[in-house]
Amino acid sequence: MKRSAVLIALVLASCGGDDSSGSGSSKPRLVVSAASSMTEALNACSSEFAEATVRLSFAGSDELAAQIRQGVRPDVYAAANTKLPDALHAEGLLDKPVEFAANELVLAVPAGSEIGSVDDLTAKGVTIAIGDEDVPIGSYTRETLGKLPATEEKAILANVRSNEPDVKGIVGKLTQGAVDAGFVYVTDVDAAGSDLKAVELPPDVEPRVTYAAGVVEGAKHPEQARVYVDELLEGPCADALRDAGFGAAP
Amino acid sequence: MRWFPAALVVALAIALTFLTLPIVAIFIDSSPADLLDSLGDRGARDALWLSLRTTAAALAIIVVVGTPAAYLLATRTFRGKALVVTLVELPLVLPPAVAGVALLATVGPTGVLGGAVEAAGIQLSLTTAGVVVALTFVASPFYVRQAMAAFASVDRTLLDASRTLGASEARGFVRVMIPTAMPGLVAGGALALGRALGEFGATLMFAGSFQGITQTVPLEIYNRLGTDFDGALALSAVLVAVSVAILLAVKLVPRAEVLGGAAR
Repeated sequence: MKRSAVLIALVLASCGGDDSSGSGSSKPRLVVSAASSMTEALNACSSEFAEATVRLSFAGSDELAAQIRQGVRPDVYAAANTKLPDALHAEGLLDKPVEFAANELVLAVPAGSEIGSVDDLTAKGVTIAIGDEDVPIGSYTRETLGKLPATEEKAILANVRSNEPDVKGIVGKLTQGAVDAGFVYVTDVDAAGSDLKAVELPPDVEPRVTYAAGVVEGAKHPEQARVYVDELLEGPCADALRDAGFGAAP
Repeated sequence: MRWFPAALVVALAIALTFLTLPIVAIFIDSSPADLLDSLGDRGARDALWLSLRTTAAALAIIVVVGTPAAYLLATRTFRGKALVVTLVELPLVLPPAVAGVALLATVGPTGVLGGAVEAAGIQLSLTTAGVVVALTFVASPFYVRQAMAAFASVDRTLLDASRTLGASEARGFVRVMIPTAMPGLVAGGALALGRALGEFGATLMFAGSFQGITQTVPLEIYNRLGTDFDGALALSAVLVAVSVAILLAVKLVPRAEVLGGAAR
């Protein structure tokens, strides 16, 4: 018992040492909290960021917002909607957010699937994974389903088998064959390669998916954070987002 | 003052603060009334009830299969025994995310045994049964390990005596070994229970998250983090209370049994 306590103290001490040596290096370290759906794009471009060494932290936009509300201070917050950044801005936790990309909600199915439209999801026995209602992908999905006839919406929701905490969870359930279909962004289908195909939604139910980012109040490196946010609009990261299938901000 | 004892005290103080402060914070960050309030809603009750059922089911499987398995490992010597013991104990140190991936690769829909499981008419992924599988996988080594130690420490002359008196090994196992090893078995069961109750990663990856079906308390806590931090705190407080109860059971029950004149 005593030995383990000392061990923990040692581990703590070594962690602390590691941290201080990191911030002592020449380039500042910029911490970026970003929505899971941008994982591939931002991983690809952030090493080219000239102003700082970028450390990316991906999770559902709502989890990241919750962390900021609990006092975590990343430098940049980039969310898969405008609602969460706007809310943080209103609470004085985020600079005025800027819209930097657009995405498209689609129905994703395994490559060989016979499901060809949203209507096919109402059949009994079809299994579906969607995002939890608190995470942007989940609220976009519910917004879309809400525009369908009530009976259709009900039938589809009855087939939902999992409310995943982020986009990665939905894609994982799909690629593992645990569900027949899921609502994700078109960029996630592209990132999954040939395993999945996207079924486009009818234009009248398709939600407007806009990504927004801002500099977190109390950021350690606000100047570099500002540059990073600007480069989401124009620069290597903007290019990487286009390559990954994101549209320009409306 | 000599530096070494002082360093030990400092280390202990740091460790104690680090380990207890977050637990205390759960209870001081919101009032007991708020805590009770957030436990009243449907999602919380569904999660608690589901956790209770799945944990009980997992524990039952673990005890029924794990007890004889641990008895065999504790009382026999055979070639490759060390390897078998290591394999049985492996999930003990396995990261939960690895457990989730491993379960998907084995009994997931596209896993190596996925077809066979489906053919047998068993639906595991995204079902309550899947949660039980995940809990059993991660928690069983805690029981088996403890049970092995308990059986191994039983005085063999007790069993030999029962054999000379004409009892079969099965009878000796039930009438002598299990009662004598009971404190260790209870401790192992409690540890497995604690581990199963807290399972998160493997459950989310293998069984998904759906209210009342697969959303256990840890998943519900994670789910609430974004929108209802008080609710997350309330459910966490319940798990802390259960953990404390488990720990007390482990520490107190064996002592009582030992005083009863059983072990060694």
